[in-house]
Amino acid sequence: MEPIWNDKSDLDLKSGKYVKIWQGPQHPGVTGNMSLEILLEGDEIMECKTHVGYLHRGFEKLMERRKYIKCFPIVCRICVPEPDTNEYLFSAAVEDLAGIEIPERAKWLRAMNLEMARLGSTIMGLGGQAGAFGLGTVGQWSVAHRDLILDLFEELTGARIYHMYMLPGGVRHEPPAGFEDRLEKILVKTEKIIYDIDKVMFNNYVFKSRAVGLGVIPKEWIKPFGITGTTARASGVKYDIRKDDPYLIYDQLDFEVNVGSAGDVYGRTELRKREVLLSVDLLRQILKKMPRTGSVRTRIPDILHWKIPAGETYVKAESGRGEYGYYMVSDGSEYPRRVHVRGASYTHAMALLEKLSVGITNADVFGLMVSLQTCPPEIER
Amino acid sequence: MKEMIERLGTKFNIKDINEHKDNQVFLTAEKKDLESVILYLKEFEKYDHLTMISCVDYIEDNKFQLTYLLRNYNNNADTIIRVFIDRENPTMTSINELWAGARVYERELKEMFGIDFPGCPRVDDAFVLEGWETIPPMRKDFDTKKYSEETFFPREGRSTLDPTEQMEKKMYPVEAEVKKSITKEFRENSK
Repeated sequence: MEPIWNDKSDLDLKSGKYVKIWQGPQHPGVTGNMSLEILLEGDEIMECKTHVGYLHRGFEKLMERRKYIKCFPIVCRICVPEPDTNEYLFSAAVEDLAGIEIPERAKWLRAMNLEMARLGSTIMGLGGQAGAFGLGTVGQWSVAHRDLILDLFEELTGARIYHMYMLPGGVRHEPPAGFEDRLEKILVKTEKIIYDIDKVMFNNYVFKSRAVGLGVIPKEWIKPFGITGTTARASGVKYDIRKDDPYLIYDQLDFEVNVGSAGDVYGRTELRKREVLLSVDLLRQILKKMPRTGSVRTRIPDILHWKIPAGETYVKAESGRGEYGYYMVSDGSEYPRRVHVRGASYTHAMALLEKLSVGITNADVFGLMVSLQTCPPEIER
Repeated sequence: MKEMIERLGTKFNIKDINEHKDNQVFLTAEKKDLESVILYLKEFEKYDHLTMISCVDYIEDNKFQLTYLLRNYNNNADTIIRVFIDRENPTMTSINELWAGARVYERELKEMFGIDFPGCPRVDDAFVLEGWETIPPMRKDFDTKKYSEETFFPREGRSTLDPTEQMEKKMYPVEAEVKKSITKEFRENSK
């Protein structure tokens, strides 16, 4: 069997046939700050190496010096478009180690928060995908629409990007009066904008001719590369943590996991469009089934002198980009001994992108990169 | 889950079994067994998804704990294998032949903890840090505060709170001085 990843290149660099160029770390096509070292023959990529390190802030190390509650301003900064997954997982890991059970209503509010974050991040991802192929209009629509969701977040949590709404023991406070009606209005708008995007983007000749058949991930690659989330589901692997290993209240919601079959850029983008509609559906179900009474927080000890019992745990959740996980080790003191963040796009961007970009043209590599939902801050942490 | 642990226990020397949740078990394997344990779990127990490889520094015991997290998609079970290795000249067998994704984790561990994985391709390439010369930064004996004090010089604070004045002084020092003297002279003459 031929190895999936053969990194012995037999290219003669001195033959004068190849040109080496760097794309990034500051380039409009690159998501975040990361660079691609590309070896070109004509317009075809012969070899690609990804380089990260432009956003390294040493979060995992910094967390070892901070008390548990003081880590919250750090964890939400690990992923900019979708910080709530980090907040949820950090709180869940602390609750798991300390043996805290959170109230029922807090679970529903957390799920609502997570789905809203997924909605915003996936819509912005759709716009980024369109922008990478030259459809700037869709990018502007989607970013403008994400702003409406950020307005809702501002109303709910007081902050637009980094919310810090979830804490160990529950959520900070009740949503304001009339919040649910305003959320429902945005959901209606979301459906409308997805209808528009569907017409402009998915039936567009330019987008289709460039995205169909680009960066195909065969089903056999999913497990060797550790691919998760929408990227894996677009290749036909039916696995969603929300359905298969439900956390919070996802077992009380009624939904079907979206699966694609093509595994190319078009298929992944199309699946993400369906994910947005699924999020809308889930949010409506949450609004319908959520208990209206009960506390949103349980009492926790003095957070500045809180000694978490010794132990280790791994908690996971389905983010908009794949499986997100926190591995936390406590040694019984006030500080965590080790927090390891498993970013969703960690292996996508490093191992898979290098493999997939061989043989495609230089212009298509950014569309491919966006379709893998690369997020450099969660690679470097 | 229980049957899997029993089957694993008959073949290998495993200890410290901690069934943390219904579908999550932590266990400790010996260093020499690790590759066989992982291969057995992958081939016979269908743990074919490598979620992550992590490392914990137990400086007081002079040990590193490597953590391998495997997932079984069929019954959604996580098996987490701990391996303790020496802190001096740490070396570990590479599992990059089993999962292509393991290469990235091993490359990161080499840089952040200094654990060597012989045979792993590109393991010596810089991952995040380029030109790092001191001890690997994620080790417990690396002092972040001391390092930043030695490496980065402190920025001096602002002498004034007025942003216009501050930027003028910073960008056009000569002109700011002239302007100041003209204003002073004008005020004195107008008295």
